[in-house]
Amino acid sequence: MAENSVTNNIIEIDKAELLENTMRMKNKGLRLSQACAAYADGKFELSYSFSDDETYEYTTLRFIVGLCEPVASISEFYPYASFYENEMKELFGVNIEMIRFDYHDKLYRIKKETPLLPEEGRVLKKQEEREAGETNV
Amino acid sequence: MSKKSVIPFGPQHPVLPEPVHLDLVIEDEKVIQAIPNIGFVHRGLESLTETKDFNKLIWVVERTCGICSFGHGMGYAEAVEHVMNVDVTPRAKYLRSIWFEMSRVHSHLLWLGLMADAMGFESLFYQTWRIREKILDLMEAATGGRVIFSVNTIGGVLKDMGPDMIKAFLDGIAELYPQIHAIQKTFMDDYTVQTRMKGCGVLTREQAHALGCTGPTARASGIAKDIRECGYAAYSDLDFEPIVSKDGDCYARCDVRIKEIFQSFDLIRQAIGKLPEGELAAHVKGNPSGEYFMRVEQPRGEAIYYIKGSGKKFLDRMRIRTPTFANLAGLCEMLKNAELADVPMMIVTIDPCISCTER
Amino acid sequence: MARIMVFLPVVMKNLFSRPVTKRYPAEPIVYQERSRGHIEIEIEKCISCSICQLMCPSDAITVDKSDKTWAINRFDCVQCGSCTLKCPKKCLHLVPGYQMPEQEKKTEVCTHPADIQQTT
Repeated sequence: MAENSVTNNIIEIDKAELLENTMRMKNKGLRLSQACAAYADGKFELSYSFSDDETYEYTTLRFIVGLCEPVASISEFYPYASFYENEMKELFGVNIEMIRFDYHDKLYRIKKETPLLPEEGRVLKKQEEREAGETNV
Repeated sequence: MSKKSVIPFGPQHPVLPEPVHLDLVIEDEKVIQAIPNIGFVHRGLESLTETKDFNKLIWVVERTCGICSFGHGMGYAEAVEHVMNVDVTPRAKYLRSIWFEMSRVHSHLLWLGLMADAMGFESLFYQTWRIREKILDLMEAATGGRVIFSVNTIGGVLKDMGPDMIKAFLDGIAELYPQIHAIQKTFMDDYTVQTRMKGCGVLTREQAHALGCTGPTARASGIAKDIRECGYAAYSDLDFEPIVSKDGDCYARCDVRIKEIFQSFDLIRQAIGKLPEGELAAHVKGNPSGEYFMRVEQPRGEAIYYIKGSGKKFLDRMRIRTPTFANLAGLCEMLKNAELADVPMMIVTIDPCISCTER
Repeated sequence: MARIMVFLPVVMKNLFSRPVTKRYPAEPIVYQERSRGHIEIEIEKCISCSICQLMCPSDAITVDKSDKTWAINRFDCVQCGSCTLKCPKKCLHLVPGYQMPEQEKKTEVCTHPADIQQTT
């Protein structure tokens, strides 16, 4: 094992606790290091990582959302989070709302929609959207 | 009340090393706002985890970018080694550090040349790249490639350095010292260069922290942070301090990067002095199962490699977050209230590596 | 401290020294010993096990066991060297000399000499 003596841990939270936890991180003076999405078993796994610049501690908040569930944006606390959230929205199709600088899928301008979402995910997402449309009507 | 207009900058521009698009909102030759737009070299490398297993993926990750190539290979290899609990052999750790520092010197020399070119000082650009050729020759003798080294593997390295090659490295470095000093004098003391760089693109310490800048961009604004202090590879045995500057303008960033070249030479000398004997690579069995975030100090800043595996040969997710993605917000802030003629220089001063950013 | 004409000594030295560039193609290239250029095979030792085909990250190698041929698309090869590491007979070598530019991509096929003798 490499001599990485700093803590590098992943904390599982609930989707509703995201904004509160982000506010706590901002209060402690941590910097948002990265935000990424991963597709696993019909759901999205989102990870928001925060880095402490004094002690090099690395904390990651992890939560699971459904393919069409809306997620609140943290760009009010960290304005540069808009880049990461636009990327997640465009490449995976995560439904993030109220992004401060919303590019409306024109950050990368890729011809194929949500290219990094695997085929089964795309089929599932269309199905869920159709069901959501039917219940709304 | 003067009229505002929007000027599109890039993706084709003589000064840009890689394609990035900026919409500049200007009023009377002063930039008010800059909106970046990327995606011109997007190759979708992260989706290759579906077709290439974790052993083959290192060759793909290495070819994400030409300048930062060794850093990508090493970061990916270290992340997978953490997940699979592989003990890298000590000799491999030291060799990786030596080659990474050579790669950093190469990257900073390349950037210095581009900075001189952005200012219009072409002769200085040529002289700086002449020095860079010596570094590339040394790396070709050691690893076989000039920019894509292809020596990293999961568990260690593939090639060794004998005593002759090590002596050639030390001699080459000693030969380059006076040449780089001469270049440093021109960058730091020349009147025209100072007029162009001093006071341009100032980022205060609070701004740099609030915008999430990393690497030399943040260190030049006073944030003394260097991920090498975490102690991956052989850096826990080597002695160094992060190089900081207080001013936060283009001159300070240039100063930080030149001093980092000398710091890298010092680190290479230390590592060669302590190079242990031993095997080159540990034997690796099985498939990765678990996840890990690996942080590496690339020449441009903090790069993050996220690996997620679930026991299969193909990884579930591989993500690279490159430092330029984090520094883009700093760039947009820097461009506010800048003169239109200074815009190309400010873009080059954050050391943009757009092909890494878009993978 | 700002001074003028700081670059002058470097310019003067460059003016009165020989050019750094080599006159290629008049002067031939001298490659370093470990330089990675292209793959060469000793086809007599090849046993058509296809391990090199499995290891290749860019799928440049095609091995046909029935015909005893080994084919490589030189333009797809990225010179990584994984095929040379895993070959059980060690008949693949990564030698200096990069692929010359050509007008179309083609595959180079090497046939096992035993096969040629059988057909004559």
